[in-house]
Amino acid sequence: MAHLTPTPVLEPAQDRTMILNMGPQHPSTHGVLRVILEIDGETVVRIMPDIGFLHTGIEKTCEAKFYHQVVPLTDRIDYLCPLTNNLCYVLAVEKLVGLEIPPKAQWMRVLLNELTRINSHLVWLGTHALDIGAMTVLLYCFREREEVLKMFEMISGQRMMTSYFRIGGLALEPPLGFFERVRDFTSRFSNRVDEYENLLTGNPIWTARTKGVARLTAEDATALGASGPTMRGSGVDFDLRRDMPYSGYENFKFNVPVMTEGDVFARYICRVRELRESNKIVQQALDGMPEGPIKANAPGIVLPDREKMKTQMEALIYHFKIVTEGFAVPAGEVYQAVESPRGEMGYYVVSDGAAKPYRVHMRAACLANLQTLPKMCEGRLIADVVAAIGSVDIVLGEIDR
Amino acid sequence: MPLAPPITEIEQLKSHPAVARLLAWNPASIAEVKFDRDEMTIYLDRSSLREACALLRDDADCAFNFLSDVTCVDWFPAEPRFEVVYHLLSISKKERVRLKVRLDSASPAVESATSVWPAANFFEREVFDLFGIRFTGHPYLRRLLMPENWEGHPLRKDYPVEGYR
Repeated sequence: MAHLTPTPVLEPAQDRTMILNMGPQHPSTHGVLRVILEIDGETVVRIMPDIGFLHTGIEKTCEAKFYHQVVPLTDRIDYLCPLTNNLCYVLAVEKLVGLEIPPKAQWMRVLLNELTRINSHLVWLGTHALDIGAMTVLLYCFREREEVLKMFEMISGQRMMTSYFRIGGLALEPPLGFFERVRDFTSRFSNRVDEYENLLTGNPIWTARTKGVARLTAEDATALGASGPTMRGSGVDFDLRRDMPYSGYENFKFNVPVMTEGDVFARYICRVRELRESNKIVQQALDGMPEGPIKANAPGIVLPDREKMKTQMEALIYHFKIVTEGFAVPAGEVYQAVESPRGEMGYYVVSDGAAKPYRVHMRAACLANLQTLPKMCEGRLIADVVAAIGSVDIVLGEIDR
Repeated sequence: MPLAPPITEIEQLKSHPAVARLLAWNPASIAEVKFDRDEMTIYLDRSSLREACALLRDDADCAFNFLSDVTCVDWFPAEPRFEVVYHLLSISKKERVRLKVRLDSASPAVESATSVWPAANFFEREVFDLFGIRFTGHPYLRRLLMPENWEGHPLRKDYPVEGYR
């Protein structure tokens, strides 16, 4: 395993090499990633990611908030898939408390999570193509992303920081016309993916820049903790939605795209196929959406409806108590993992029996995925580093927390 | 679904592959076990952590070949103060297990798992950065998220939420 532990890059190790600093302010590092390269001409000899520029101490902040108040914080971790973060956190707390979630809420969660995956993959596809030099794709991707963001705005009032899930269910009933809008979108979306593929998949420039670049074997991917499309692009057939289902994913039929080449192109194909699969899941969720309540029946934990607060004294009292003093959670600990667009996102929540979490830890998929960068890039050209960073789809907010 | 009380009797949990493997190897390596909310937790003796990890990774019945996460919980002012938490995943068996090591505040050090899973590199650096746990044998144990010259370890419970002013 020693070959997977990179040596730190601090000064040139040989006479002919030099140190080059890429980032933290560099357009192709997707935020504030700093990469220190030791180069020999244009060949990368060693590479070391340096992170922490976006560290906000969210884990510490969580310890000072009530359980409900943590939900909006989780949005800010991975700002491209806020609803996946919401879901992971609420699932962890629900498991800690032992809440049963009504089917409609579960199906809505699945529907919105897959829309989030589409949203996140569209941003990835656009920016990744932009990094490699295909400018047009960004405009196409952001056209569809805008529609998804408008749906999020419709349902939660916010385009990006949605905070739509609550412990025990959803924040609000989906508004009138929401499902029609989603159905309209899904009926067109598969053609849109064809458009992106027409621009890229067979494009000789694209294949020359991606095929055989930044290879990662299945063994290295598992050993380095890579997950999600980064791992599936290397031939490891594992998807938490299918293999360890949560939130009712066992009711949905979908394929898990796996490629064995392990290069940038394989990861690209995996994600593009995931776009189609997500679209299928959204359609299934629309077709089979059950009727019923959107919140669990747990008065001391779930916030009551506004309407009930105006007519029932108990609802008003519960609302006041939940908002002012939170609710106590039985002592214990839970690790809940969900399949985020980038891989395994895990929330480890520890309770000591009080109304505030004792410890909230987020397992960031990108942090582990970023560790594959030295393995992918060493011995290759600097231009391939840009392709490799794009292909692991990093979000610095999640890495640094 | 009401919560079932946790099972802490090692006799009842002997059938779990990870517990069985560790008992067969060295019964003294397990300090405590807990099965709570469908999650298995094994408290390990500090000195046996790295070997236990290698064992669980290579054993065919366990096959915990994927390190999901390494983190830490600070139980200040109780002693032993720190719990270093390892979440393992078996991709072939679709199982998870949680390993824990208790460390006291006098010498918060444990052997690094980087030689077993290279993935532990960043995770352990993060725990070192935010909790001040030392991982012996780590190839590059430096701060990961906080600036190099930062004083203190922010996720410790005796470190104020607002920071020192």
